[in-house]
Amino acid sequence: MAATDPAVAADPFLPALYRVARTRRELADTVTLELLPLEGVRPDFAPGQFNMLYAFGVGEAAISISGDAAEGAAFVHTVRNVGAVSGALARMRPGATLGLRGPFGTGWPVAAAEGADVVIVAGGLGLAPLRPAIRHILNHRRRYGRVVLLFGSRNPGEMLFRRELERWRQRLDVEIGVTVDHADPSWRGNVGVVPSLIRHASFDPHEAVAFVCGPEVMMRFTATALLAAGMGGERIWLSMERNMKCAIGLCGHCQFGPTFICKDGPVMRHDVIGGLLSVREI
Amino acid sequence: MKGLDAILEEHPFFAGFAPPHMQLIAGCARNRRFDEGEYLFHEGDPADEFFLIRHGRVALDITPPGRDPIVFETLGPGEIVGASWLVPPYRWMFDARALEVVRAIGIDAACLRGKCDADHDLGYQMMMRFLPILVKRLHATRLQILDVYGRH
Ligand SMILES: Cc1cc2nc3c(=O)[nH]c(=O)nc-3n(C[C@H](O)[C@H](O)[C@H](O)COP(=O)(O)OP(=O)(O)OC[C@H]3O[C@@H](n4cnc5c(N)ncnc54)[C@H](O)[C@@H]3O)c2cc1C
Ligand code: FES
Repeated sequence: MAATDPAVAADPFLPALYRVARTRRELADTVTLELLPLEGVRPDFAPGQFNMLYAFGVGEAAISISGDAAEGAAFVHTVRNVGAVSGALARMRPGATLGLRGPFGTGWPVAAAEGADVVIVAGGLGLAPLRPAIRHILNHRRRYGRVVLLFGSRNPGEMLFRRELERWRQRLDVEIGVTVDHADPSWRGNVGVVPSLIRHASFDPHEAVAFVCGPEVMMRFTATALLAAGMGGERIWLSMERNMKCAIGLCGHCQFGPTFICKDGPVMRHDVIGGLLSVREI
Repeated sequence: MKGLDAILEEHPFFAGFAPPHMQLIAGCARNRRFDEGEYLFHEGDPADEFFLIRHGRVALDITPPGRDPIVFETLGPGEIVGASWLVPPYRWMFDARALEVVRAIGIDAACLRGKCDADHDLGYQMMMRFLPILVKRLHATRLQILDVYGRH
């Protein structure tokens, strides 16, 4: 699923100029940006792909696309302020300009999953790269079997896209499980880690496909729980993160064992990369 | 209404239990019901009864000194509340609170410990069922301690 913009294909190092059209504060440290191209239209993208966002004078970071591929003229990104680049992006106001290269990388196999049950497991900010896939699946709900969304966060106050989760929960055709690592006694929902929701979810492990995104340790525990539920590694897809520079498989910055996350990933199959997950430094 | 034996047999914890062992357990069991907000037990209480949840959900709370209580786990149907009855000093280390109406099977811990001492086969079967639960909870606790969603 490569970029479709001919300009990107021509010079993948040259950022296109984008303008911040809207911002929305999601959490104390997390902001969603809607970006419109200064010229032309935004390229198409597949759910799960990312762009390289360039805050001028600060630097560039890989940020997943969190918006609906079929909706709107903007690229939607959700950024958590954890450092220099993400901080500069998260502080941008409407009207600010930035550079953008992409979209890059592999996407969630939403077409290949048609006919199957889909189990989506997200942790924290990991819900952002999954949101385009969730939107796609819900927009084409009849093409899929059972759809299960399991989401874990740190506490109820740090739950990303809470209003949207509540809307999804009202649908009768999606099973939603939400859990937090800890809460005060006024919270009436689940407390516990997200992999523990898997054995209560209703799906056929032999006919289901799992999309998993979150911190790497959370993905490791989740994959273990999915395998224990009887799902094969070839049905489990994870979105990996490594520091990136070129984003087109040239510089080696994002090397992960024999693969490059920027072009072989970020969405990768567990039977291909599972063995690398437990290796300390790759 | 279903008898206690039938209810016990249906609980996932006892799947595959031999009938004579089921009868021994049933001799230590009783039906329990807790209303929303009611406590199954409090921290520091003697751990003289543990619970197999049939319906409803239970929150496990701990109160760090000088701080508000924190819910660190919730448990639901098919799950077990409490392991402190297995090891001395047999006291609960946290509060267990019904989040909604909870129906459970309460098992008298001293009664069951006595039967496990007398019948090691029964004791072995109980340990074989409890250990995986404890190991799973240990793994989950490790993941919580890592605070994976925090800033690193
Ligand atoms: C494919 C891909 C998709 C990504 N998608 C997103 C996205 O949608 N939204 C987003 O906000 N980020 C995303 N990231 C992460 C992003 O690219 C940066 O790594 C991150 O924003 C930190 O960059 P920085 O320069 O701001 O901080 P740095 O200066 O690199 O790091 C500052 C500190 O933050 C820590 N840190 C770095 N990354 C993270 C993290 N992800 N969570 C917690 N702490 C961290 C570092 O250990 C360091 O201590 C993605 C990365 C990849 C590879
Ligand atoms: S970022 Fe350069 S090879 Fe992947």
